[in-house]
Amino acid sequence: MTKEFRTVKTEIRLPYELAYGETWTRFFDGMQEKKIYGNTCPKCNRVLVPARAFCPRCFVDMDKWVEVSQEGTLIAWSYTNYKYYGMPTEPPFIGALIRLDGTDVNFLHLLGGIDLSNFEEVRKIVKNGMKLKAVWSDDRKAHIMDIKYFKPV
Amino acid sequence: MAKRVAMIAVAQNAGTESKDNFYDQAYRVTKEVLDKAGMTRDDIQTIVSASSDVFHGGISCANSYYWETTGAFLKNASRQDGESLFALFYGAMRIMTGHYDTALVISLCKGSENPPLDTCTLMYSDPFYFRNVGLTETLAAALQMRLYMEKYRISEEQCAKVAVKNLRNALGNPYAHKKGRFTVEDVINSERIADPLTEMQCAPKSEGMVATILVSEEKAKKYTNKPVWIKGFGSSIDSYGIGDRELLNGQLRQAAKRAYKMAGIKNPLEDIDMAEVTEPYAFQELLWCEDLGFCRKGQGGKMIDSGMTEKNGEMPVNPSGGVLANNPYVSRGLQRAVEAFLQIRGEAGERQVEKKVKTALAHGVHGFAGQCHAVAILGR
Ligand SMILES: [Zn+2]
Repeated sequence: MTKEFRTVKTEIRLPYELAYGETWTRFFDGMQEKKIYGNTCPKCNRVLVPARAFCPRCFVDMDKWVEVSQEGTLIAWSYTNYKYYGMPTEPPFIGALIRLDGTDVNFLHLLGGIDLSNFEEVRKIVKNGMKLKAVWSDDRKAHIMDIKYFKPV
Repeated sequence: MAKRVAMIAVAQNAGTESKDNFYDQAYRVTKEVLDKAGMTRDDIQTIVSASSDVFHGGISCANSYYWETTGAFLKNASRQDGESLFALFYGAMRIMTGHYDTALVISLCKGSENPPLDTCTLMYSDPFYFRNVGLTETLAAALQMRLYMEKYRISEEQCAKVAVKNLRNALGNPYAHKKGRFTVEDVINSERIADPLTEMQCAPKSEGMVATILVSEEKAKKYTNKPVWIKGFGSSIDSYGIGDRELLNGQLRQAAKRAYKMAGIKNPLEDIDMAEVTEPYAFQELLWCEDLGFCRKGQGGKMIDSGMTEKNGEMPVNPSGGVLANNPYVSRGLQRAVEAFLQIRGEAGERQVEKKVKTALAHGVHGFAGQCHAVAILGR
C-alpha cells in the first residue's frame, strides 16, 4: 500500500533470551510428559495453574506441586477469525478460558477438535459450561502448545 | 487535598491519518497549548509525557523525539509509559508537592504509522505462556464480553448500541477519526473478528498528540478566569493473569472509590454531570458505567436502552464519540480529560452537552480486559 506522501518503512527486531526460571521450567517439562502442573497456596489453599513461585493474592511462596486434571469446564470463549502477527494457529480458532477440575483459576488455551470452518455450526456446539479434555501433540517441545487444544468430552 | 491544581488550557490534533511527521505534530500541539494558556516555553517548570515508544511509535527513544518538541530540554521532565491519564495525575502531584507551579502534560501517539493494534497488544502477553496461545487485548475483551452477556443477559444489540451512540456523537467532534450514522444491525453485521466482538465494536488506530497545562491555585488567576480544577483522582491495578481475575469484578470500582473520596463525590449519578470513559470495546462502556456507579451491577444494558447516556441524557457518556471513534492508543485517557475540560468550560462546540456541566469524570484504562483503571474528577 503506497501512501500519497513520502514515508520511511522501518522495523525493530530485537533478539532477547529470557530465563524460564525454576517454576516455569518444571511446568513446561511437565507439558512434555503430558502433565499439567499447578501448585497450592499454603495460605488460601487455592490450586493455581499454571504453577507459579508465589501466590499473587497472599504474597507467600507456593508449596505443594500437584498434577491437575486434564479435564475441565468451559468458562468463556471467542471464535477468533482475523489475522494478527504471531497468532498461535491460522484462523479461525477458539480462544478459551477453562476451569480445570480441582483448580481455582481459569486456564487460557484453545478449544478445538471440532469443525471450525462454519461459525453458525460452531455456535450450536460450543457453550459455556461444557466439559473439555486436553488433546496432546505427538511432537512435544516443553511448550504450552504441547497441548494442541481442548476438545469437547 | 494539599494544594489545588487547575487545568488552564488543552490542545489536541485530529485522529485521522496525517502526512505530518510525529516531530512536527508534537511541536504544534505543544505550541498551541502554550499559546492558549498565554505562556511561553520558559513559563513551564516541569513536563510529564506519556507514550509507548517501541510499540506505539517505532521510534525509540523518548529522548530523541520528545524533549525538544515539548519544550522540555534544560528542564525537569519525565515519561510515563502506558495510559496517559496517569501522566495527568503525576503532573498534578508535582504541583501538589509545592515544588512546581506550572506543568505541561502531553501524550504522544501517531497510530496511523503503527502496526495493527493487536500486533502490539500480543507483545503485552508474556512470552512463556499467554503470547503463545495468542492472547491479545481483543481476545481478552471478547472473553470478558462473553461472560458479561451470559451472566447479566446483556444482548448483542445493547452492546452494539454503544457503538451507534458514540459514532453518531463523533459527528460533532472535528478531532474524531471514525464517525457516522449507523444502525445496530450495521454494527452487529460488521466483520465478526472475535465473536462476540464485531469489527465496529472495536476501536480504530488513530493519531493523537494531546496536551494540557496545569498550574497551582496561586498561579491560576494570573492565566485564566475559567480554571478547571482537578478535584480528585484514583487508580487501581488488578493482577496480570486473566485466568486469575474475576473479569466482571475488576479494579475500576476501587479506582473510582479513591477518586470520589478525594473529590467528595457521594452520589456519582447526582454529583457528576457527564463522563468521558475509555471504551476500546463497545460493551466495556456498559461495564465501566456500572463500576463507576452510574447504574447497578448488571444493569448496563438497561442503562443504554433508557437513553440515559445519550448526549442529552441524564448522564451523557462520551459525547465526543469516545475511543470507538478515536483511539490514539496511549493518548486516549488524557484525551478523555481534555474532552471533560472542554465540556466544563462550555467550549466543546457541536459536541457540547445540553445540560450545564459543573463536574465531569474522565476515565482511562489499559491492560487486558481492564487490568488498570484510572479515574479523574474535574470541576469548576
Ligand atoms: Zn494464596
